[in-house]
Amino acid sequence: MDRFSWSNGLLEINETLVIQQRGVRLYDGDDKAKLDLGVTLLSTHRLIWRDIKNHECCIAMPLSQIIFFEEQAAGIGKSAKIVIHLHPVPANKEPGPYQYSKYSYIKLSFKEHGQIEFYRRLTEEMTKKRWENTPVSQPIPTGTGSQAGKTRAVGIVGIERKIEEKRKETDKNISEAFEDLSKLMVKAKEMVELSRSIANKIKDKQGDITEDETIRFKAYLLSMGIANPVTRETHGSGTHYHLQLAKQLGDMLQAPLEERGGMMALTEVYCLVNRARGMELLSPEDLVNACKMFESLKLPLRLRVFDSGVMVVQLQSHSEEEMIASALDNVSEKGSLTAEEFAKLLGLSVLLSKERLLLAEKMGHLCRDDSVEGLRFYPNLF
Amino acid sequence: MRRGVGAGAIAKKKLAEAKYKERGNVLAEDQIVQMSKQLETFKTHLEEFASKHKQEIRKNPQFRVQFQEMCATIGVDPLASGKGFWSEMLGVGDFYYELGVQIIEVCLALKHRNGGLITLDELHQRVLKGRGKYAQEVSQDDLVRAIKKLKVMGNGFGMIPVGGSYLVQSVPAELNMDHTVVLQLAEKKGYVTVSEIKDSLKWEKERACHVLDHLLKEGLAWLDSQAAGEAQYWLPALFSELTSRDVTPEEANQMTP
Repeated sequence: MDRFSWSNGLLEINETLVIQQRGVRLYDGDDKAKLDLGVTLLSTHRLIWRDIKNHECCIAMPLSQIIFFEEQAAGIGKSAKIVIHLHPVPANKEPGPYQYSKYSYIKLSFKEHGQIEFYRRLTEEMTKKRWENTPVSQPIPTGTGSQAGKTRAVGIVGIERKIEEKRKETDKNISEAFEDLSKLMVKAKEMVELSRSIANKIKDKQGDITEDETIRFKAYLLSMGIANPVTRETHGSGTHYHLQLAKQLGDMLQAPLEERGGMMALTEVYCLVNRARGMELLSPEDLVNACKMFESLKLPLRLRVFDSGVMVVQLQSHSEEEMIASALDNVSEKGSLTAEEFAKLLGLSVLLSKERLLLAEKMGHLCRDDSVEGLRFYPNLF
Repeated sequence: MRRGVGAGAIAKKKLAEAKYKERGNVLAEDQIVQMSKQLETFKTHLEEFASKHKQEIRKNPQFRVQFQEMCATIGVDPLASGKGFWSEMLGVGDFYYELGVQIIEVCLALKHRNGGLITLDELHQRVLKGRGKYAQEVSQDDLVRAIKKLKVMGNGFGMIPVGGSYLVQSVPAELNMDHTVVLQLAEKKGYVTVSEIKDSLKWEKERACHVLDHLLKEGLAWLDSQAAGEAQYWLPALFSELTSRDVTPEEANQMTP
C-alpha cells in the first residue's frame, strides 16, 4: 500500500477514465488496509481509489507501478479479488496513506461485484500502456496547481498531516523546555530557602543587619518574586524601585486627577499607566506598593481605601470637607440623588461618586433611602 | 529601636558576632552577601533559559500553567513585580499585566448591563475579540491568574464558582454564601424565581426575597414581573450571546424598576 500517493482525484488533461467500480476495499498484501469501502477508478494512466464517505480521502498510483496482476476467486463469505503485484517504491513518490509496507502487492476486494469487467479493462490498459504515449509530468502532480515536483499535501487530510507534524515538533520543543524549566526551578528553590534562612535570622536577631542591608535584601526578594517574610516599618513593603515609581506617578497623575475631580480608582490608574507605558508594565502589586509611599515622600497624592474596599488615588489638595460639603450642596439642590445621577453631574465614575455619597452619609450629612429601585441619598434633616 | 552607636556599642557588637561565629552559625549579613552572589548566578541561568524558551511561554498556554504551578510549589510569585527577573527576562509579567488591563476594560464596558458580574466564558470571548486575531493565544487559566493579581487593587475582583465554571465579579458588591448559592441556582436558565429557591434550597420566603432584593439593588439582577406565573429574576451576566443583544446605558436605566 505504500505505492499509493494522496490525490485530488481529478484527471489530468490527457487522462481518460476507463471504468469505475463502487464497493471496493483495499488490502495491503493480505491485511485489510486501514481504509473503508470506496470507489476504484481505472484511468489510462492511474489506479485511483476514493473513500465513499469522505471524498477528501483519495489516493492514486500510476499504472506503471504494476508488474502483473491476477484474479482471486470468491469464496464462502469472501468477495472476489484482484491481486496486483507492484514495482518497488520510486524515490520521488509523493506522500501517501502508508509510508512503508512489507508487502509488494495489494488486493482489490469487490464487495459489490464488478471484478470481471474491471479485470478485463485493467488487462486492456496494461497492454495498451496509453500512459506512455501521452505522458503527464512524472510524478503525476497531486494538486490542481502548476508546480511539478513540489510536495504538496491537499485537502483536509493534508492539512491534518501538517498539524500533526507541527504538533510533534512542538512536543519535542516542549519536553526540552520542561526539562530546562525543572532544572531552573531547582536553582530558584535554593534562593527561596536561603531567603527564608535570612528572614528567620533577622527575626531571631541573629546578626544585626543595617538598614542598607535590609533594603538590599528586599530588592533581592523582589527580583525573585519571593514574598517578604519580614515586615520592617522603615519603608513598608516597598523598595527603592517603588520609591522611584512613586515619584514618577506623582508627576504623571497630576493632570489626569485634576481632570477627574481629584480622584481615580486604582484600577483606572493601573490601566492609564500601563497603556501609556506600552511595555515593561507595572504589576498591580507594584502600583499598590508605590502608592503606599506617597505620604512618606511628601508627594501631593494619597492612596485611600474606602470601607467598601475600593482603593483610590486622590489629590492631597482635595480636602475631605470640601468634597463632602459640595456633595451636600449638590444633593440639596436636586432634592435627592442616586450614585448614577451624581456621577453624571460631576463627570465622575459611578463607583467613585457612590463612595463620595457614602462618605457624606458617614459624616452625617446625608441619609439614604434604600429600596429595590436603587439607593437614593437625601440631605440629613435629623 | 535605634542601634547603638559609639565605641562601646561597636565593641559589644564585635563580641556578639564573635560568639555567634564561634557556634558555627552564619550571620544574616554574610548570608545576604551570599544571596547577592547566588542571585547573579541565577540570573545567568534564567537568561539562558529565556534565550531558548521565551517563545514557549508566550505561545503555549499549557506551558504557562506548568510554569506557574512550579513557581507556586517552590514559593515564588513570578507576577509579583514588573521588576522581577521572571518578568524582565521571560516577559511573563507584561503578558499578564496587559491581560489585566484588558479584563478591567471589558468589565467596565459591560458593567451597566450586568452589574459587574460576567461569566468567565463571556469574558474570555470578549478579551480574545479585543486582542485581535494576531495576538497570542490566551487561555481561561491565564485570565484566572490575571484576575487573582487584580484583586490586590481592591476593586472587588473575585471569582464565584458556578455551574462548572466561574462568574467574575468586578465591583465591590458584597456577595455572601446565600447570594452565591442563588447565582448558582440561576445558572441553568439565566433566571430564578422565589418558588424555585424555596423548593431547591428549602429556604423561607423572607430569606429568598432578601437575597433577591440585594441582587436587584446591586444591579446584578433584573426583575421580570410580567412573567407568566410568578416574577422572574434574571441575571444578565448569565445571558448567552445568542439570546441577548447589547443594551446601552440609557436603556439599562429605563429598564431598572
